[in-house]
Amino acid sequence: MKKLYILAAAIILMALSAISANAQLKGNIFIHDPSTIAECDGKYYTFGTGSGGLISEDGYTWTGGGVRTGGGVAPDVIKIGDRYLVSYSAGFPGTEGKTRGNIITMWTKTLDPESPDFGYSDPMLVAWAEADEDCWAIDPAFLMGPDGKLWCSYGTYFGTIRICELDPKTGNRMPGDVATDVAIDCEATAMMYRNGWYYLLATHGTCCDGVNSTYNIVVGRSRNPRGPYYDNVGRDMMEGGGRMVLSAGNRVTGPGHFGHFVVDEGVERMSCHYEADMDLSGRSVLAINALQWRDDWPFVADQFKPGSFEIESVRRGYALEIAVDFVRMAGRSTRGFGSVNDPTFAIENQQLVDVIADWPKGEIGVRANDYMFRPHQRWTITPVEDAGGYLGFPYYKIEIEGTHRALAATEAEELITVPAFTGADEQLWRIEQLIDGTYRIMPKSVPGHDEPLALICTGDSTVALGKYDFNSDNSKWNFRDR
Amino acid sequence: MKKLIVLTLFFLGLGIQMNAQSAPGQMPPLTLEDYFSPSTAVPAGPDAKGFVQRWTLLEPIGKPGLNSNAAFNDSYLRKEFATVYFKDQNTMVPKDGQTVTLADKTKLKWHCLDSKKYNVKLYRFASGLGLRPTEGVFMAVTVINVDKDVTVRMAVGSNSGSIWYVNGEEAILLSNDRRMVVDDCVSPKLTLHKGKNVVRGTVINGPGMSDFCIRFYDENGNIFKDFTVTNQ
Repeated sequence: MKKLYILAAAIILMALSAISANAQLKGNIFIHDPSTIAECDGKYYTFGTGSGGLISEDGYTWTGGGVRTGGGVAPDVIKIGDRYLVSYSAGFPGTEGKTRGNIITMWTKTLDPESPDFGYSDPMLVAWAEADEDCWAIDPAFLMGPDGKLWCSYGTYFGTIRICELDPKTGNRMPGDVATDVAIDCEATAMMYRNGWYYLLATHGTCCDGVNSTYNIVVGRSRNPRGPYYDNVGRDMMEGGGRMVLSAGNRVTGPGHFGHFVVDEGVERMSCHYEADMDLSGRSVLAINALQWRDDWPFVADQFKPGSFEIESVRRGYALEIAVDFVRMAGRSTRGFGSVNDPTFAIENQQLVDVIADWPKGEIGVRANDYMFRPHQRWTITPVEDAGGYLGFPYYKIEIEGTHRALAATEAEELITVPAFTGADEQLWRIEQLIDGTYRIMPKSVPGHDEPLALICTGDSTVALGKYDFNSDNSKWNFRDR
Repeated sequence: MKKLIVLTLFFLGLGIQMNAQSAPGQMPPLTLEDYFSPSTAVPAGPDAKGFVQRWTLLEPIGKPGLNSNAAFNDSYLRKEFATVYFKDQNTMVPKDGQTVTLADKTKLKWHCLDSKKYNVKLYRFASGLGLRPTEGVFMAVTVINVDKDVTVRMAVGSNSGSIWYVNGEEAILLSNDRRMVVDDCVSPKLTLHKGKNVVRGTVINGPGMSDFCIRFYDENGNIFKDFTVTNQ
């Protein structure tokens, strides 16, 4: 289990670029031990083991170029006021080699290395563990609590995970603070706060073994930032407890180094690395997933997979459809009557070819209606190459199944379909799974509008564009294939 | 609270400010007594959560070169755990200070100890004796005393792979590169017979810390604590 850091490999990997169908992100996504993603002046940043970091203008396509001094391993970053506090762990020769690990923090006004304001302050040693101590002080992670207190968790398999308090004004250790042991047999921790609960995310399993890495992310929760943190069966994380948040699957192994990012109310992301992406030579990659909550427990559901679906409103359960005639299917209504001995037979689905000739050739409006799995209610959702994306995901086009008829937003804040997808911004859609498992659907942009608008129900059967509201089912949709 | 110490040192060309309750290098070394106390003749009970804390532990059998646990699949461990290192390895109920002799004439000593924690920190057992705490095989024996036959399941967590026997019968194998988690693996139902029941285990680990924890559950799924623990 025991962590082996391959600094040189991580640095070299950052120089290359690729796309992974599983990790979804595009560009240079090679990183190990990524920090929580931070936003700075409209760009996203994450730093990894080594000295570099990744930068993205849209959160989907990433490049190298991030700069973090100090070297070492497993950094984290948090914005406090108008500054960024960056931490990392590194050896510290000042103690004659006796210290096994040190947690170091430093400030910078910006994460943009091209900015004249860029530059790190002198590093501060805020926590450490002795060579023979039941702790190895690496893998720091920050949490700003609801009361303005700044917490830092750190540690690895060698002994305990600890939480200490830092001074959010100085970034240094809070005077007199004594670190608290909160977990064992894990590493790469992170903390979250929600609904009165503090959450300790921890990485269990084996690190740094490529496609055989069993790294996985588990969680415990507590009402107190210093614990004890219990899992779903009441087991203390000091007893090894933890509820699974994310493990291997879909040709990627070894998720670790959880990071939390709130996009909007009800729209949350978790970042991590996968130890190995089997579509990318088994290399370690950055990944971003939608984070969900159920009964005040976080989990990561399977990523949205392109395909053909009913788009179902949460408001009424009606299906998004184009406004064309409902064409009755042949077949008598038996109401189930008849002899039990009468032979039965399958009735074919209504086919696109049965109805499309009667559809208007130009723009067609959009509404919601009873789902009858008819051609005008089936939508094919496909990521659009080279159209960019948003934090973690690409833009999609939404077309009637079997056609190029595409969903589009209009300046009048309405929805139409156009005969063919053109790639215009109003035909590009961000599909984001919300924390309750439903989705919000938003056009990349709406002609004549600067503010973001989402696909909403204004009535049970009427859809339009409007302001997203997580607390209203009008803003929520499901993708179903039935 | 210890005194606040602020040091300024030079690290990689940068001044590093240190600010915490004590300076690095000031913590005294950890000892065997920090984790264990000698067993006594008085039978011990389980702790409040049912964990067995009294064990007779053999000084680790060195496995030089075992610098990874990646090979710890079931087959590897069964072969390893079938290795006989010394006479009466699978039957003896050792006394404190009793020694065994390995094939290379190395003599290892048994130690009767009570863990001060719910788990048995094998790494600290070895390091506390001045022995190599990694890349080795640990053996543990204890005696569970019950006043009537009782059906239980034995719950084990170990770092890393381990195998456990109750009265000479295999109860459970914990395979792969495993971390110690309470109630990680649980045996099939087994009978603790009235009187003495010998629990025997072997733990193997390469790098890093090693430990284990054991408790029992009754037939209703409740923690079973109606027993005493002795070394003999």
